[in-house]
Amino acid sequence: MKLDDVPQDSSSTYGGHCKLLYAVDEQGHYQGAQSAGWDDEAYSTRLALAELDRLATEAEEGWRSGELSPLKSLMYRYRLDEPALAQVTGLWQWRIRRHFRPAIYRRLGAAVLARYAVAFGLPLAQLISYQKDRS
Amino acid sequence: MSSFQHQQSAHCESGVLASLLTHAGLPMSEPMAFGLASGLAFAYLPIVKIGGMPLIAYRMPPRHLIKTLSKRLGARMHSRTFGDQEQGRRALDELLDAGRLAGLQSSVFWLPYFPPEMRFHFNAHNLLAYGREGNEYLISDPVFETPMRCAAEDLHKARFAKGALAAKGLMYWFDEVPQEQDWSRLVRQSVLSTTRILDGMPLPWIGIRGIQHLARRIAGLDPAQAKYNRLYLTHIVRMQEEIGTGGAGFRFMYASFLQEAGELLGEDSLQEASRSLTDIGDDWRQFASACVRASRSKGEQPDFVGIAASLDAIAGRERVLMRELGAWSRRRG
Repeated sequence: MKLDDVPQDSSSTYGGHCKLLYAVDEQGHYQGAQSAGWDDEAYSTRLALAELDRLATEAEEGWRSGELSPLKSLMYRYRLDEPALAQVTGLWQWRIRRHFRPAIYRRLGAAVLARYAVAFGLPLAQLISYQKDRS
Repeated sequence: MSSFQHQQSAHCESGVLASLLTHAGLPMSEPMAFGLASGLAFAYLPIVKIGGMPLIAYRMPPRHLIKTLSKRLGARMHSRTFGDQEQGRRALDELLDAGRLAGLQSSVFWLPYFPPEMRFHFNAHNLLAYGREGNEYLISDPVFETPMRCAAEDLHKARFAKGALAAKGLMYWFDEVPQEQDWSRLVRQSVLSTTRILDGMPLPWIGIRGIQHLARRIAGLDPAQAKYNRLYLTHIVRMQEEIGTGGAGFRFMYASFLQEAGELLGEDSLQEASRSLTDIGDDWRQFASACVRASRSKGEQPDFVGIAASLDAIAGRERVLMRELGAWSRRRG
């Protein structure tokens, strides 16, 4: 890649920052060059984020209609999926899936909820308050 | 501590490594650190899932660079993980108060200075702490343009985030780095090791065979699964470009290493290899663009076979290059 070809597409995914790439000058000599973004890369990042967003919104609707506990939408909201949440909390995936059921979630003890609180970086009280909502 | 100079890098681990070595009195560029640690690779790991997609790596696994290079340089490196989080916090403070630099492994998700759209649960991010002021740490995060500050609570959470590749507060620093090095031997040894990783593993997912495997997977995509195909192809692009690879999945960074090593040793064949790897890197970038074009196109049928063929061609060119480099490194050892 030539220095002139280093993309400067001001991608929002970079949050106003620049990233370092390596590119060659006219003499073919390598140097570091800042890039403000690349459309192809930003498209890929946004597509992945949009998919997580879609899953989160879907799960949130499930929660509002009483079919799901708030856990599933929180999981996607904090950019996790079932295997990742299982690794972070140290709970089995089947247990996590069980906790997606509103009736099960309402009966969860503080110890289990505390694990989720740490995983999402939320106060435990917030997860407890969801147990009383929409009951 | 005040003499520490922040240097922006393309990749976190090679950047931290270059900074630590330079600060310890052995000046080293990022590409040089990456190359001498034999960082270049390719791996397609269908068992390790990231958001339901296979892990595609263009480099060696986390921690490889630091371990390999400190061994090759004969440098004394200390590293510690902590079962007790409070102890990890104290140990970092003590090291910083003694005026040392500390390399830290941490999660990207919990670092507040990262752009929101880049915050994913990746636990093997490397950064340097070079001091503290009040309740804030002074951070040199290699992928950013300038030094950063991070509240103690946030850094603590990032260091002890759980999950895959959990850092457990990992902290590392150099005690002693020998200044006298046999650069010719180091370059040969590291290049030879890279050729073996890329073109000499008996596994179908590693190295050039891994690239060919990925090409076959692309060729075999079912056109009826448009949504999955889109996510799959852009997933490849993200693995290749998004998280600090210096462009084209580390190919440009390694080409820069070959050039620097060629100048250092006065070896034209390395310069030649650098030029051809630059061309291969350009092919990788075009491959990425083709993946995105295929994902963007609505209506018309994407040409998966064509994309796969271009990837196969890349694999072929990398194999030729690795054979040449392998022959070079064995010639006078």
